[in-house]
Amino acid sequence: MSDSPERLREITIADLPALARGCAVLGTGGGGEVESGVLIALSALQKHGPVPLVTLDELPDDGLVLPLGGIGAPTVGHEMIHGIHEAYLMREAMEEALGATAVAVMSSEIGGGNGVVPVALAAQLGLPLVDGDEMGRAFPEVQMVSTNIAGLPIEIIGLVDVIGNVTILRPTDWEWAETISRMVSVAGGSYALMADNVINAKRMRGAIIEGTVSQAIRIGRVTEGAADPVAALMAELGAAKLITGKVVEVERRTGGGFVRGSVVIDGLGDDADRIVRLEIQNENLVAFEDGVVLASVPDLITVVDMHTAGAIATELVRYGQRVSVLAWPCDPLWRTPRGLEVVGPRAFGYDLDYVPVEEAARAFI
Amino acid sequence: MPSSKQLNDLRIGIDVGGTNTDAVVLDAQNQVLSWTKKPTTDDVTGGMRAALAAVLEGVDDPSRVGRVMLGTTAATNAIVERRRLGKVAVIRIGAPATTAVPPLTAWPDDLRAAISVGELLAKGGYLIDGRRIAPTDPDEIRRFLESVADKADAVAVTGVFSPVVHDEERQVGELVREVLGDSVALSLSHEIGQIGLLERENSTVLNAALHGVARDVTGALSQVLHERGMQPATFFAQNDGTLMAMEYASRYPVLTIGSGPANSIRGAAVLSGVEDALVADVGGTTTDFGVLIKGLPRESTAPVRIGGVVTNFRMPDVISIGLGGGTLISQDGSTVGPQSVGHRLGASALIFGGSVPTLSDAGVLAGRATFGSNSIGASYTQRLTHGLAVADAMFGDAVDVMSLGKAERPLVVVGGGAFLVPDSVPGASSVIRPDHADVANAVGAAIALASGRWDAIVPDGLGRRDAIERACDMARQRAVQAGADPQSVEIVELVEIPLSYLSEPAIRVNVKAAGPLSWI
Repeated sequence: MSDSPERLREITIADLPALARGCAVLGTGGGGEVESGVLIALSALQKHGPVPLVTLDELPDDGLVLPLGGIGAPTVGHEMIHGIHEAYLMREAMEEALGATAVAVMSSEIGGGNGVVPVALAAQLGLPLVDGDEMGRAFPEVQMVSTNIAGLPIEIIGLVDVIGNVTILRPTDWEWAETISRMVSVAGGSYALMADNVINAKRMRGAIIEGTVSQAIRIGRVTEGAADPVAALMAELGAAKLITGKVVEVERRTGGGFVRGSVVIDGLGDDADRIVRLEIQNENLVAFEDGVVLASVPDLITVVDMHTAGAIATELVRYGQRVSVLAWPCDPLWRTPRGLEVVGPRAFGYDLDYVPVEEAARAFI
Repeated sequence: MPSSKQLNDLRIGIDVGGTNTDAVVLDAQNQVLSWTKKPTTDDVTGGMRAALAAVLEGVDDPSRVGRVMLGTTAATNAIVERRRLGKVAVIRIGAPATTAVPPLTAWPDDLRAAISVGELLAKGGYLIDGRRIAPTDPDEIRRFLESVADKADAVAVTGVFSPVVHDEERQVGELVREVLGDSVALSLSHEIGQIGLLERENSTVLNAALHGVARDVTGALSQVLHERGMQPATFFAQNDGTLMAMEYASRYPVLTIGSGPANSIRGAAVLSGVEDALVADVGGTTTDFGVLIKGLPRESTAPVRIGGVVTNFRMPDVISIGLGGGTLISQDGSTVGPQSVGHRLGASALIFGGSVPTLSDAGVLAGRATFGSNSIGASYTQRLTHGLAVADAMFGDAVDVMSLGKAERPLVVVGGGAFLVPDSVPGASSVIRPDHADVANAVGAAIALASGRWDAIVPDGLGRRDAIERACDMARQRAVQAGADPQSVEIVELVEIPLSYLSEPAIRVNVKAAGPLSWI
């Protein structure tokens, strides 16, 4: 990213479609749909103007960073959209609890709708947005954040629901943070705005994945008008194409609050006679061919339309769709022993040793 | 001597398109007795009158016509051209939730100006489990209604999670009647669409704006039928290729949007007598492929935009490839299309004395058709032969990507370039070329199936089976309301989507029921 000629300094209405496409790609099938997020951001930017995009270095040491995202059921978010009161109540509660001033909003999860909505929240609060997040993709649980892997304790969590109820949580560890936050969101209609681990900019430095907002916008831009959108997207991501083919089997089941299931893709064209199976738990987690792993979490696996390169969320994968499956390396933080303990294949119940995608899918790069 | 012909045994399908008004008369065996193509007129009535007159010439006794089915783009055109739209007062019930996206946020300014006389985001709405977000304030809603009383032709009401609990929308509907009386049209979102607030709200507002258009079209049809002393049952075609009774269509005019593609897929298949098939419409520049399952077009999962507004309607799943009668063949024959000579085929192609080698030339050279007046020079043979082989492979690929599963289905080919498709295509069990394919739209409109859809969130536990059965009942009821025969209505589609991150495991169920029209 250091070689980019000019860093993106603000987000305008014109950036929203590209941001949304990029966030959908980084969502690896999950993270909630981006369309409502775009409308929420559009409405806020129309009212408040562009949002400055900053790095943590540009923020005062003692200023609070609010890592925000929705927690709850994606289907609920599609019907019960945010209220504008939520961000204001959150800031007020956090500033009062911590005795410091909020200086920026950050996306806690760049993948999916949670990557787009913080633009609106920043605009509503008149604060800049940090160019970074805590995942670099989408993950399903509260403890699956970079600040946890970086060794920061979980000190405070804020939850605000659409009704206006505010909950401040001081959990004993990251696992309790997940359990209690989930229960609070269910009480408020299976959706709440959450600020996980609000800390100051100084402590936040080095504990997030930098540059992911501008990365999402670049990803969205690169497929725009490209002669071969899938190739353009692969080049931008440094991704392997695991297969291009037709979805011939979709199986879904609920368990433990997650949508689990699998998708089978039957190869077309050059990939005829190949079959790849994806294992899903909200996000695309493992890709197998003949029982051999081609890619696995925490590396990113996204299903895209074979013509437009638009990402297809796991809930929208349907029999007969023509798709390409792309996989590319995650942030190095997730490949550390602590990272793999929290988000490696075993954290999702797969008895597999993690093999980096650039080795496992060497043949397809 | 008693007539051997049953009374009411004929049906007329009319398709009012932007350019032509097509009409066909079908008998009980779906055979085309007569057909016509007349120019569409500005007032719609003129074109319909002319088409009806022409098509009835082939019928001995007009009283044999028991049903008239109309496919029309009037609603789509009204929205796209911003003409003849009603003024709508827009009410959403859901504050303080949903305030981040006020009603009509992403609408084009001109469409919003043409339709909306005001928007209210009122307190209220439900959570997914049926608890209330906030109590409604009837005075707040009453004040808003009074403020738009002189301006609104219709009121659109959308409540958060109304597909789960619709009491509140009904109550607001009663308030509308109380304050504005019976003269305004009323659209309640739970009757229009599924979960997905903004798409459902947009569709509900468009529906409210279209009541006048629906009145005009139904009026025009009633008038031309009355002029001829006919009193058939009348139906409208809707976007999924099924029909709805006139009365139902006048309440839900927005459902007529997108009936065109559905009708042509259905019509093509009916003309060929198959229920499960792939359909290819080969034109001059492109070929459109659709899929017919149990007599209905397979739907796309992509949301549909109309006039710049996202709705929750689903259109037939169609893919288009750059192959048609005028498609160009490269120098060495290795590349075919997507460029085409288009409507200049009659002047440019070799067979018509031109100098541009096209796919039509290749088809004629291969003996797939005999037309044109000029012979093709031997120097073109290799180029055209190679090109046709490439085109055949492209047809085969398209058939493969559109097919469902391993079972092969017949391929029905229609359109001016239908002869280009070889008699054997890999992935298709056979290739069928029906007659009257250029009025397939009108034929599709005349096919007698009515349907209803229902969307619900049901618990994934002990109550699941009962809840799904209730959803099926609702879909059947809606199909019967739309005109289906209660005795033979069937569930034709049931999609279950498990929902994540809920307190109790739950499933979203989307059910569609369809059946033949009840006999009059």
